Amino acid sequence: MDDKVNYLLRLGDNALILSQQLSQWCGKGPALEEDMALTNVSLDLLGQTRLWYEYAGELEGAGRDEDKIAFHRDAHEFKNCLLLEQPNGNYADTMTRQFFFDTWHYFLVRGLCGAADQRIADIAEKSLKEVTYHLRRSGDLIVRLGDGSAVSHAKTQAAVDDLWMYSGEVFAYDAVDQAMVDAGIAPPADELRAHWLEHVGEIFAEATLAMPAPDAWMQKGGKQGVHSEHLGYILAEMQFLQRAYPGAEW
Amino acid sequence: MSKEWPLWEVFIRSQHGLAHKHVGSLHASDAEMAVNNARDVYTRRNEGVSIWVVRAADIVASSPADKGALFEPSNSKVYRHPTFFPMPEEVKNL
Repeated sequence: MDDKVNYLLRLGDNALILSQQLSQWCGKGPALEEDMALTNVSLDLLGQTRLWYEYAGELEGAGRDEDKIAFHRDAHEFKNCLLLEQPNGNYADTMTRQFFFDTWHYFLVRGLCGAADQRIADIAEKSLKEVTYHLRRSGDLIVRLGDGSAVSHAKTQAAVDDLWMYSGEVFAYDAVDQAMVDAGIAPPADELRAHWLEHVGEIFAEATLAMPAPDAWMQKGGKQGVHSEHLGYILAEMQFLQRAYPGAEW
Repeated sequence: MSKEWPLWEVFIRSQHGLAHKHVGSLHASDAEMAVNNARDVYTRRNEGVSIWVVRAADIVASSPADKGALFEPSNSKVYRHPTFFPMPEEVKNL
């Protein structure tokens, strides 16, 4: 598979899987306003997914549109990072997952705005407004939860410690990522990682949370289609109708 | 939890609007959260809007009982209504 197509699918898969996860909160948020914010973020990400998939499908030239890409692939063909398929858990788990992702996503998309590929730059430009807001909100909530009550602090610290080993996969560049760096599309990993650690560090300090060791061992595999046990269930639910009635139009 | 969250009134000036309009209210623990969430609840992220949030407790409203005293006397005095002045075309939004 072409490196660029692969890379676009990774971007789309990240957004789609997280969007699907967030949509599960619909009607279950801790407050009406949070409920709306979570589902709005989910919608933002779904919109971004469609743009990445559409471009990937065009470049691939095999006649796959966004729906084919989303609903007609199985777990081993999905390239999202493992962090995003981790369960929603409690609100601290969801917001920590979101904050780790948003921080990376913001710096990545900001970098992609200068991509040597105009279409990628345009999609990034459009996404950046949404992603900037996502980051502002998740950082704000991490501070509130971490620096809130003793209970919320403990829950958030536990979420941070649990999810930390999934936070580094995005910086482990393989041949596909490297090809995108060489093509002047993707920002280099070390640059993104430096921004990421700095921002997470600042927010954690304000949230009175202990930051785990940046060089701790990190779980990998999602980008290559080697997933945790969670993804299969997410896809089974998401793709049910298309599996039951392949090619149905809606 | 939401029992502890105060009520905020939200005023939005839309992209081409000249003044902030009251659009509704929401619960939030402080002003920053109120502004953040107003974006999702009331603006759907239109470009170029300005959002004001005000703690509902800080708003003083006129009482319905005062309606007559406050608003009626002017109705019978048309000379108080500035509707007789021809305005030049060039003056907008007055």
